[in-house]
Amino acid sequence: MLYREAGDFKTSYIADSQTFPIRFDRWRYYAVLAVAFGIVPFVINDYWANAVLLPFLIYAIAAIGLNILTGYCGQVSLGTGGFMAVGAYACYKLMTAFPDVSIIIHLVLAGGITAAVGVLFGLPSLRIKGFYLAVATLAAQFFLVWLFNRVPWFYNYSASGQITAPERTVLGVAVTGPEAPAWAAYLLCLVFVTVLALVARNLTRGKQGRQWMAIRDMDIAAEIIGVNPLAAKLSAFAVSSFFIGIAGALFFAVYLGAVEVGEAYGIQKSFLVLFMIIIGGLGSIFGSFAGAAFLVLLPVFLKNVLVGGLGWPSDLAAHLEFMIVGGLIIFFLVAEPHGLAQLWRLAKEKLRLWPFPY
Amino acid sequence: MKDTSEGYVTADGRKIGGVVMEMKNITLRFGGVTAIKDISFDIREGEIRAIIGPNGAGKSSMLNVISGFYVPQEGEVWFRGEKRPPMKPYQVARQGIARTFQNIALFEGMSVLDNVMTGRLTHMTQGILAQALWKGPAEREEVENREKAEKIIDFLEIQHIRKTPVSRLPYGLKKRVELARALVSEPTILLLDEPMAGMNVEEKEDMCRFVLDVNDEFGTTIALIEHDMGVVMDLSDRVVVMDYGRKIGDGTPDEVRANQEVIDAYLGVAHD
Repeated sequence: MLYREAGDFKTSYIADSQTFPIRFDRWRYYAVLAVAFGIVPFVINDYWANAVLLPFLIYAIAAIGLNILTGYCGQVSLGTGGFMAVGAYACYKLMTAFPDVSIIIHLVLAGGITAAVGVLFGLPSLRIKGFYLAVATLAAQFFLVWLFNRVPWFYNYSASGQITAPERTVLGVAVTGPEAPAWAAYLLCLVFVTVLALVARNLTRGKQGRQWMAIRDMDIAAEIIGVNPLAAKLSAFAVSSFFIGIAGALFFAVYLGAVEVGEAYGIQKSFLVLFMIIIGGLGSIFGSFAGAAFLVLLPVFLKNVLVGGLGWPSDLAAHLEFMIVGGLIIFFLVAEPHGLAQLWRLAKEKLRLWPFPY
Repeated sequence: MKDTSEGYVTADGRKIGGVVMEMKNITLRFGGVTAIKDISFDIREGEIRAIIGPNGAGKSSMLNVISGFYVPQEGEVWFRGEKRPPMKPYQVARQGIARTFQNIALFEGMSVLDNVMTGRLTHMTQGILAQALWKGPAEREEVENREKAEKIIDFLEIQHIRKTPVSRLPYGLKKRVELARALVSEPTILLLDEPMAGMNVEEKEDMCRFVLDVNDEFGTTIALIEHDMGVVMDLSDRVVVMDYGRKIGDGTPDEVRANQEVIDAYLGVAHD
């Protein structure tokens, strides 16, 4: 078999704790990176960028963020949409207030501001757990959307109440605004996804990740080995919100261009990202990608096959999508709480022995 | 027992040092129930100290007072010659007191290695930015601590299950992993809450051997609660006996065995 770990011996602890301990995985990872950076930007067109690639990359960031909080640290959050809105509005205010500063700095700062807001709304997590915390974060969701609707300062007193991304460039190429070429927007998102995914992986494989997982698995035992629950939970909220804020900012500035807060960052956004990590796999970076890809591709796929291929009415296809997603969530919660990532792991475990299972 | 302020020498010739921890007149109440009533005892460096007593005597409450889960209403805890202010459990852990639980408290979703590595958290100091970067200080720290963790894994003979998720392990091994997690933090005092509960004879013997080895090899001070009298009398240097929240005996296993109050507490007294 091509896929094997036999003979792939580790001679140092560094080699043993690397991101892809198996050689084949490592090569596949490099191959994906090479295709994503070296080939896709040259063949990309507007349809692919807007229907598939941009939403996939942006939702992947949001899903990684929520996965850090929910999958790794065990704190359920329904405030994802609200935190994405914080990122978007922070980015908008920064873009309009400091037009000369690079958009990349604005995006990172937007993440930082969202992190601060996330910590604020994470404070109740020290007292309440589980469902009750989910409801508390739900309050964040509604409050934030209400705030951005009601306070005109946030949308610079524009008549429509919308925020619109002005054109900004990176290295002389427009990445926001209507004139931005698809490949530039794609590359910007791709760079952010790559860097943030690496950061998430580094955080979760080391000390920080173990603190989070310890809190998730048994908070009393975590405390007894010296984990400060306050610091661990709030750091999870901060890092998670940082990711989600950047995702929200990219969603607004690069993907949509113009945003009405209730529509773009409503409660359904929170659920969508939550579904992504449930289907993809709680506590797995790869699962975040898998879930994002699945829920972005599913509607596109159904539309192409059912409406384009079979000629069904499009509302029927849309309703079918709801049913499929709902059914899948129930299926995953019952049969495989660790999601697509776990199925993938099991498949690999089987494949390792195939075709001689004994 | 030749007891001096400097310590004493045990029957098998180990030197026991001065007092590391002293409980002074501890009283713990839950509403109207007094779980611990005016108990004082000390734990000396390098010794194996047992706390025994019938069910409901307040042994686990005592351990919880030491590890910071309960704050006693009265009394003082002295640690390394200083009075300890009321502390959160994680602060106690950072002072160098590790413990295991009666019902295993491992992180079920993590591998054995990760569980053991969590025991090193108090020794890891790199900030979140260094960790996000990984290369450099964070990686160095990880490797250093991994080496320490691997030594303990080796010592407790759990190398073969290093990468196994804890949820897949049998009970006896889980207990051993929990001991590893407590031990890897290089504690000043190791608290074991019924380390042999629910084990068969063979597993008990293994566990006894590990407890003695730990004490011997690392010189760790151990305080343990145990119900198996044979185990307690064999392992420990000094024994505290509790009953209904009071201390009814304190001394070497032989002294305790001969104590009439202890015999009464365990066997019951005839009421006439």
